[in-house]
Amino acid sequence: MDVIIEITIFVLAAFVGFEVISKVPTTLHTPLMSQTNAIHGIVMLGGLIVVGFADDGLEKLIGVIAIAFGMINIVGGFMVTDRMLGMFARKPKPAAEEAPKQ
Amino acid sequence: MIPVAALEPGGDAATALYIVAFSCFTFDVRRGTHPRTAKQGNLIAAGGMTLAVVTTLLLDGIGNWGLIVLGLAIGAAVGVIASTRVQMTQMPQMVALYNGVGGGAVALIAWSELRNGIAEIDSGLLSEIPLDTLIPILFSAVVGSVSFWGSNIAFAKLQDLIPTRPLSVPGQQVVNAVLLVGIVAACVVLTLNNDDPSQGLFIGVLVAAALLGNLVVLPIGGADMPVVISLLNAFTGLSAAAAGFALDNVALIVAGTLVGSSGTILTLEMATAMNRSVANILFAGFGGAPAAGASTGEERPHTSIGAQDAAIKLAYADSVVIVPGYGLAVAQAQHAVKEMADELSKRGVDVSYAIHPVAGRMPGHMNVLLAEADVPYEKLREMDEINPEMPRTDVAVVIGANDVTNPAAKNDPNSPIAGMPIIEVHEAQQVIVIKRSLSPGFAGIDNDLFYEPNTSMLFADAKQAAGDIAAEVENL
Repeated sequence: MDVIIEITIFVLAAFVGFEVISKVPTTLHTPLMSQTNAIHGIVMLGGLIVVGFADDGLEKLIGVIAIAFGMINIVGGFMVTDRMLGMFARKPKPAAEEAPKQ
Repeated sequence: MIPVAALEPGGDAATALYIVAFSCFTFDVRRGTHPRTAKQGNLIAAGGMTLAVVTTLLLDGIGNWGLIVLGLAIGAAVGVIASTRVQMTQMPQMVALYNGVGGGAVALIAWSELRNGIAEIDSGLLSEIPLDTLIPILFSAVVGSVSFWGSNIAFAKLQDLIPTRPLSVPGQQVVNAVLLVGIVAACVVLTLNNDDPSQGLFIGVLVAAALLGNLVVLPIGGADMPVVISLLNAFTGLSAAAAGFALDNVALIVAGTLVGSSGTILTLEMATAMNRSVANILFAGFGGAPAAGASTGEERPHTSIGAQDAAIKLAYADSVVIVPGYGLAVAQAQHAVKEMADELSKRGVDVSYAIHPVAGRMPGHMNVLLAEADVPYEKLREMDEINPEMPRTDVAVVIGANDVTNPAAKNDPNSPIAGMPIIEVHEAQQVIVIKRSLSPGFAGIDNDLFYEPNTSMLFADAKQAAGDIAAEVENL
């Protein structure tokens, strides 16, 4: 792909990223970080390509470690985020007794 | 077999599927702007990730299936175990570790890409590695390696495997500068010799970057961790985006940029909350110089009260604001504090929580800890939102927080923390500070709040004190 097109994509993605992420409230910043960890796991695609087309031993080793690292990010990141967001989503039982918020 | 089973690498079909995948990520972050929709957004992103992985596995010519499955299995096993066992107080370590493996994966992929390029030159397929491939490879190798090692140190510090206090060697700044210059010089040499780049020199760059990662994070103290973790998060994101340039993969570019933006925003927000520049945090380990205006050690008059008196003050108030700090997390007092708040709410007291941006060890950490204790997120108020309400608050209860409530930051231009945004508890009608002693906080300075006439000190462990107050309120 043309490098200029790639740079265009990068710049636009940066603007979208700043725009969208600055709207995430402070309360959700920890889940946001663990989730961006998961999204970062996309580098595993690179590992898959390395192993998928590798023919020497070192190359295969590098690739398998990269796949394992990426998969830790993806699986661990999404699961722990889900766990945390579950805590925000659940309805606390005593809520009904609490004084209404002004 | 499905005819789609052999996608052309870099072809339109594969790219289109990658576009769908990264759209899921962006949409997910959009859903992530509210606690109620965020969980669903997370699932959408996971779906997008699955799509991206499947698309890659369907690329024409992918082989070595056994090894691929092996890597996936190891990673999935570690990920499942880690994410189900981790305590919410350990979240900063976990994210540090994830940042680390992410950076490590990028550095390894960059190394493999370079080897690929060299192999193609050797077999005569290419006369040189194009610069628009080589430069991203070098960038992702350096940044990935720095993040991997820096994050491991951050993890070790947060997990108390190594001392959290700043550690530094003499002449550290010089060593760091030399390493950085060396790395840049080696990268320039590799770029100029792109028809025959030396793999040995490249490995040298990886090692130097590893050293730099270690040396930059080692001198940083525990309370600066929110900034360090966010910054390493931004680094891993940018390194992934660079890997996307090297691999001509749009999904990597967009996803990496998204992560990079997020890390950058959080880094700046944390630095602002501490009123320090990112450079100052990275290169001037705080504990290094307990600056002027430090604790004088002289006795100053203060008011001390017990749990019973505190319970009476709280029970007859109309509005109470609880200001939690990291000390609350250390004492594992979140559940006890929630019980205390529940007892007060039963009596009709309006209770809310004021959260300073750096109340925990990472952005939003305190919010997660309180959410775990079933505190509804509507009760968690941001600093800027709660400060104007402080003068109308009957009692502010400071639990395990110190520097972030020090009025000197506002009133004393000579204070080392002057200008740092604080939760203005000193504006409240009355203040109760639950703390073990009058000892200064991380900044090493006395907290003027403790000596204000409307402040009462309750010297106790946070968990114990909150439990006692809850019991006293119940018995009133």
